[in-house]
Amino acid sequence: MNAPMMSRRDFTAGLGGLVVAFSFDPKLALAQQPTLPGSLQTNRMLDAWIRIDADGSATVSTGKVELGQGILTALAQIAAEELDLPLGRVHMISGDTGRTPNEGVTSGSQSIEYSGTALRLAGAEVRAILIDAAAKKLGVAADTLKVSEGTISGADGRKVTYGELAAALDLKREATGKVPPKPAASHMIVGTSVPRLDIPNKVTGGPAYVQDMRPAGMLHARVVRPPRPGSRLESVDEAAAKGLPGVVAVVRDGSFLGVIAEREEQAIKARAELAKSAKWTLGPPLPDSAKIYDHLLSLPTEDTVVSEKQPAALAGAPPANSAAPKMLEATYRKPYIAHGSIGPSCALAELKDGKMTVWTHSQGVFPNRGNLAVALGMKPDDVRCIHAEGSGCYGHNGADDVALDAALLARGAPGRPVRLQWMRDDEFGWEPYGPAMVMKAKGAVSDGRIVDWNYEVWSNTHSMRPEPGGVNLLAAWYLADPKKPAPPKGIPQPAGGGDRNAVPLYDFPRQRVVNRLIKEMPLRVSALRTLGAYGNVFAVESFMDELALAAGADPVAFRLAHMTDPRARAVIEAVARKADWKQDQKGGEGRGRGIGFAKYKNLATYVAVVVDVEVDRASGNVRVPHAYAAVDSGLVINPDGLVNQIEGGIIQSTSWTLKEELRFNPEGILSHDWLSYPILTMTEVPKIEIELINRPTERSLGAGEASQGPTVAAIANAFAHATSKRLRDLPLGRTRVKAALG
Amino acid sequence: MTISLKVNGAMRSVPAEPDTPLLYVLRNDLGFNGAKFGCGLGQCGACTVLIDGQPTRSCMVPLAEIGESEVVTIEGLGSVEKPHPLQQAFIAEQAAQCGYCINGMIMTAKAILDAKPHPSEEEVREGLALNLCRCGTHNRIVRAVLRAAETAGRS
Repeated sequence: MNAPMMSRRDFTAGLGGLVVAFSFDPKLALAQQPTLPGSLQTNRMLDAWIRIDADGSATVSTGKVELGQGILTALAQIAAEELDLPLGRVHMISGDTGRTPNEGVTSGSQSIEYSGTALRLAGAEVRAILIDAAAKKLGVAADTLKVSEGTISGADGRKVTYGELAAALDLKREATGKVPPKPAASHMIVGTSVPRLDIPNKVTGGPAYVQDMRPAGMLHARVVRPPRPGSRLESVDEAAAKGLPGVVAVVRDGSFLGVIAEREEQAIKARAELAKSAKWTLGPPLPDSAKIYDHLLSLPTEDTVVSEKQPAALAGAPPANSAAPKMLEATYRKPYIAHGSIGPSCALAELKDGKMTVWTHSQGVFPNRGNLAVALGMKPDDVRCIHAEGSGCYGHNGADDVALDAALLARGAPGRPVRLQWMRDDEFGWEPYGPAMVMKAKGAVSDGRIVDWNYEVWSNTHSMRPEPGGVNLLAAWYLADPKKPAPPKGIPQPAGGGDRNAVPLYDFPRQRVVNRLIKEMPLRVSALRTLGAYGNVFAVESFMDELALAAGADPVAFRLAHMTDPRARAVIEAVARKADWKQDQKGGEGRGRGIGFAKYKNLATYVAVVVDVEVDRASGNVRVPHAYAAVDSGLVINPDGLVNQIEGGIIQSTSWTLKEELRFNPEGILSHDWLSYPILTMTEVPKIEIELINRPTERSLGAGEASQGPTVAAIANAFAHATSKRLRDLPLGRTRVKAALG
Repeated sequence: MTISLKVNGAMRSVPAEPDTPLLYVLRNDLGFNGAKFGCGLGQCGACTVLIDGQPTRSCMVPLAEIGESEVVTIEGLGSVEKPHPLQQAFIAEQAAQCGYCINGMIMTAKAILDAKPHPSEEEVREGLALNLCRCGTHNRIVRAVLRAAETAGRS
């Protein structure tokens, strides 16, 4: 999602497979600049990425930010590798509108591909420039020099360090992208499980999060939200709150309401006081969560055929000499899911000398800065956003919204930093949710093969992040001078939004895949890890198993029979081996196993997952005691970091699949804490075994969202194997399971 | 008003009301970052500290209830330079993603190991069942606790 969005009319769905879309920036085209790889394309100067400091270390900048995924460690590894510096002499700066490259949003499992590629090539080029400078200084040919740990040595034993060259070094030049990076065979740092740079502070109480910032004179703030979206604040007893101890200011702008106090507990008390006296004209009622799918299907859609494949030879009739095809049809449903970060969103803002500085755990400090400036009526140059880590976000949670809230509140106490911490109910009640989805699949099997595949997906957009087309920040819609959100739109294939992974990677002679984008949003939604891929892989891979059953085929063999991509085959075969998959394994009696596969976005990491499930008929409880995964991410930068991401994805997806569903009724959102929105706990997580297939000569692929889709599918398939009942509605919670098993 | 309490072995005075939850005093007045605000409801465990050795949700304990009790935070266990075996084990197992829940995991694990130095894996899982993690780092956390138990056994 870093690339500029294309409108739907800018691309055409091609016959016979995937649609190729190119991002297009008219400014670049006009300048006739050469295309550079990764984020070098949009941030072309070497010194935007790398500075060599006088002490011989490197300061490396990235527009990507740490979200707990370990990205800064992995990017530091790449830079250190190419620069021939020890990791300890690479200092990372990330996500600062005042200092770093603009790389859009840290999302979509793209940081290694975009920022990593840029750093790899910039690093190689800076190293070459350093060697040239050393060659001049020593009066020898560059190719006689060797580099080790930031020291360049000649054949005669003379040495010059990066630090000695730093002062005269000119990196204010456009990258060429032409200096070849090191071959994988000579990697010393890349490909190793370097310990994460951020973990020591995080396990000892060191400052690690925006919540830990306490600049001198800092005030504490809280916001007061209405009972449900779209409500208007008619009146509130500001004086009562102002009379409470420590209260510095009550800030009201239209229907946005908040309070600033000297101490945090004072702000919390004042929040309660304001909430008590606030009179709201309620916004429109929400739909009922029990009837949400019917409601969504009743709304108008913007339809796009995202894949169509119908060779003439097969059109209209099944292949000659084959048995009459068996037709199947199924509808799958996925509820709204909350990001549910353990730490509610938080930001620190300061208005000083007409400039607003916001420390934020936003995934995109540049796009957020743009929206903040509009909402605050300030020039973008007068607003600076600096990334400071928050609790894990898993997509677009309240991070951007709390940044605007904090900035609005900071206007109530100019010159003093104001830290706003959302409360737990702020986060559950107001974060943008991962959208509910409906997937309808029809298929036909004949002679053990799929001869027809028809698939439709209904969903809201999966991305309403801050962007130039409108102000996608909660408080902006409630101001006295309210700002409008951007119109919702899809993300074009091949990445896709609601239709992400809606196009199966399998080879079917006939297929048609339709994306039905619902533009009206009954609930606020945006990006949750995987966007539509979780729902689509659930449906596609469940339906694969339903068709396999109809064909009398083993699920693994059936998948392989329809798969030509060798890397996809390799992960399916590897996970089957690892899990000791047997063709004739008996399910039933509450125990079963299932497989799920996807190549994330059809562009990134390949993952196949096998899980075992146990179903307790009496209670309806579903357990996943074991999960196995095989993973191909191309060249692996940090094996342990990759395993951590894949494991995390499997566990999070298991939680979504077994437990999670946002509850609401016409009055408002009913999920407001961990009791009304339970997640998987320590005694319920599967044991996990992972096999990495490292491919040093292939480019690195994003992996942060790769295992969630295959996991839900494997669980759904294992459930069917265990019970002989197919559940097509998520989550597989006790009530639903008990009802299904009668 | 001013209230005194003993944190990590030292007497401290804070300018707070008696009904102030301990968490805010630890974080804002005493500068301890370890205990985290997660829910303010005692449901997630991110704010866990030890009070007289018992794992306690500091978001739910008013200052007035501390009295003579001893509060130990994760800063009281060890530091980056001199980590406690549990902290060392969490680093060795790379048992964190975002890390926001880890304070509660380590402090609860401390109490588990104090009560039973060599727990089984199931006992560790049961003991940490009320501490929520959202990134899916659970299995690494369990491995880290078991590793710490083993390390302590050897020393």
